[in-house]
Amino acid sequence: MSGDNIFTGLVEEHQGDARWAFGTGFTDALAGVDTTLPAGVDGADLALYCQMLGDDALIQAQRLIDWVTDAPELEEEVALANIALDLLGQARLLLARAGQADGTGRDEDAFAYHRAPREFRNVHLAEAPRGDFARAVVTLLVLSSHRLALFTRLADSVDPVIAAIAAKGVNELAYHREYAVSWALRLGDGTDYSHERLAQAVADVWPLTGELFAAHPVETRLAGLNAAVDPVTVRDEVHAVLTQVLTEATLPAPGPFPEAAVAGREGRHTPGFTPLLDELQKVARENPEATW
Amino acid sequence: MVTTAPVRDTERARAAAAAVTDPELPMLTLADLGILRRVEIDGAGTVQVWITPTYSGCPALAEMRVDVDRAVRAAGFDAVEVRTELSPAWTTDWITDEGRRKLAEHGISPPGAAPRREAGPVPLTLLPTRTAPRCPLCRSADTEELSRFGATSCKSLHRCRSCLEPFEHVKEI
Repeated sequence: MSGDNIFTGLVEEHQGDARWAFGTGFTDALAGVDTTLPAGVDGADLALYCQMLGDDALIQAQRLIDWVTDAPELEEEVALANIALDLLGQARLLLARAGQADGTGRDEDAFAYHRAPREFRNVHLAEAPRGDFARAVVTLLVLSSHRLALFTRLADSVDPVIAAIAAKGVNELAYHREYAVSWALRLGDGTDYSHERLAQAVADVWPLTGELFAAHPVETRLAGLNAAVDPVTVRDEVHAVLTQVLTEATLPAPGPFPEAAVAGREGRHTPGFTPLLDELQKVARENPEATW
Repeated sequence: MVTTAPVRDTERARAAAAAVTDPELPMLTLADLGILRRVEIDGAGTVQVWITPTYSGCPALAEMRVDVDRAVRAAGFDAVEVRTELSPAWTTDWITDEGRRKLAEHGISPPGAAPRREAGPVPLTLLPTRTAPRCPLCRSADTEELSRFGATSCKSLHRCRSCLEPFEHVKEI
């Protein structure tokens, strides 16, 4: 009976509008997509690899939305929120793929909201504190250049789901990089003060870049099967892009990327990561039955 | 026994799905947008509708799936499955001429031709290379970009230097 509770009444009387209160009920981002694993590819490996790519995007998106209500101008807030939304969309598809590949059937929410910090596989640069706007620009420049280089190659992955996600993502990432480039040029070639802030941001971000090109054994194994991309193989291309942008922004050409070992890909994170997850997972932890 | 649904049933289901509108661009139907890939009725009589996302994170997709489900049911079909098709990725080139006309009529500048990508790395652009869209209100070509990102994933924000009105443009992708 509809009098029992106000929400039941809402559903019954306005059936078509109930989704505004309770979500659409469509939670499977990959509904109807052929999810067969390619021959020879280990499901557990593929699931882990999807988490690496998915977590980079999910955690970067979470950092980017720190700027909502806090960006220098409304246009930049909207831009950063849009970029975060694209990345969130990529993360949803990749995490859904992870749950199919490992056979658990976990959905994207199970990965985003019900994993512990050590189970996340993102690189440290994705979780690094947001810093000032110049730092946000440099972080976005590095991460979008890196992801664009990976996704361009992943569009040919033997895994058809990763290939499709990557092919679509390339179009979005090209816009993200273009945005970061335009701001790097404006800040670097702007006033002495903006130039100085950009130079400082590059100095702060650069030590975190080495990890982007350190291969986890899963990446190496899957790259051997043409399912993944060994990140080492994109290093020169990304370095050339960053050198060109920073030089054009009147900054000195950057040195080589530092050598670094795998860290975030193995679940080892920086001290700021747990508070970030506390915020990301707060609603789901407090309301485990919630839907949206 | 496998039966083939009469062609007119499939056409009726397709028409119902095609007429659903985008919640964020309500002047456009799914057919106008080019995101309705195909509609089939399987042997069990279930209508299967394939749609494709515009942007990976487009929040309108879930809404459109609900609306398609409801519209096809309202057309007299009891079993409906709305499926996602990821490949090939949607491009604004699939927006129909009718869709472009409706966008312009509603003051939104329709997209130009999507950038063609060669194989290999996406070339780095250091200078604005995109041609400025015409003002959909006064048709002036003298416009400027205010922001590459707008109120929804698919649009950028511009201003006309002739009539001084701001307007939105559907980004080429």
